[in-house]
Amino acid sequence: MAHGTLSLLIEPARLLEVVRALKDRFGFDMFLDVTAVDWPQRQPRFDVVWHFYSTRERVRVRLKARVPEADPAADSLTGLYGSARFMERECHDMYGIAFRGNDDLRPILLYEGFVGHPLRKDYPKQKEQPLVPYRTNEAAK
Amino acid sequence: MTAGAQERRPSAAFEYLTTRKDEFVGWARKFSLFPYPFVTACCAMEFMSVSSTLYDTDRFGAALPRFTPRQSDLLMVVGTVTHKQAPILLKVYEQMCEPKWVIAFGVCASSGGFYQNYAALPGIDKIIPVDLYIPGCPPRPEMVIDGIMKLQDRIARDRHPIINETF
Repeated sequence: MAHGTLSLLIEPARLLEVVRALKDRFGFDMFLDVTAVDWPQRQPRFDVVWHFYSTRERVRVRLKARVPEADPAADSLTGLYGSARFMERECHDMYGIAFRGNDDLRPILLYEGFVGHPLRKDYPKQKEQPLVPYRTNEAAK
Repeated sequence: MTAGAQERRPSAAFEYLTTRKDEFVGWARKFSLFPYPFVTACCAMEFMSVSSTLYDTDRFGAALPRFTPRQSDLLMVVGTVTHKQAPILLKVYEQMCEPKWVIAFGVCASSGGFYQNYAALPGIDKIIPVDLYIPGCPPRPEMVIDGIMKLQDRIARDRHPIINETF
């Protein structure tokens, strides 16, 4: 238990098996979110975090899996929950987690051409990647 | 010349008024601002407040929002503009006909506000020229009205070349 929610730390390889059990046997019929946590000092570096909700029991459950920086990937849940498509795209935008089986990982909140993953801790806070060239003082006159 | 024109007589003392061209054009323009609200974020609530009954920018001739930039001469950028949004803002600005003015409404449009990150454009003056900045998060309607009046004063004092660059 953490913050009032049952939290399960699982092996990334067992993800689909665990989620299928949660969905079919325990009635977690709603996929809430997938996100990640970046621990720059830790090995493996990323936590991928999923939340599920049971509309019948009205409880949530949290799944965590640790993935390394060298291969930041997890299995996609799009086969079980259609709503995972967009949320996995967002997580891929922000943390660079690749979801195996999600065939559409184009940027959803970021734009084409954006380099890097802004919610990783090593992304410089002030770094900008403007799409429109900034005006210079010459142009302002 | 027709017969009718010959018969026309001055009807009163003030048949003609003399004035300076720039003052006259400026007076006409400052009371006919047609804003285009480029509304992206929470400042929109304050924009609704200032443009509707209670504060009523109609009193200043700047009431009727045009929902195409081609018919408007005042671009009000209300709220945060992101890098992803910036090309759209630039396209809207470029579609407006001269003369045109730009108001940065609220601190996000002015400088990015507290958004100093990968997503937000730190002030719309990075990509388009801005005539007037209204600070505040969000600005009070009084501040917006004050800003519009300041812009009107500026328009009234400005030069307004209408035929070529010198006249």
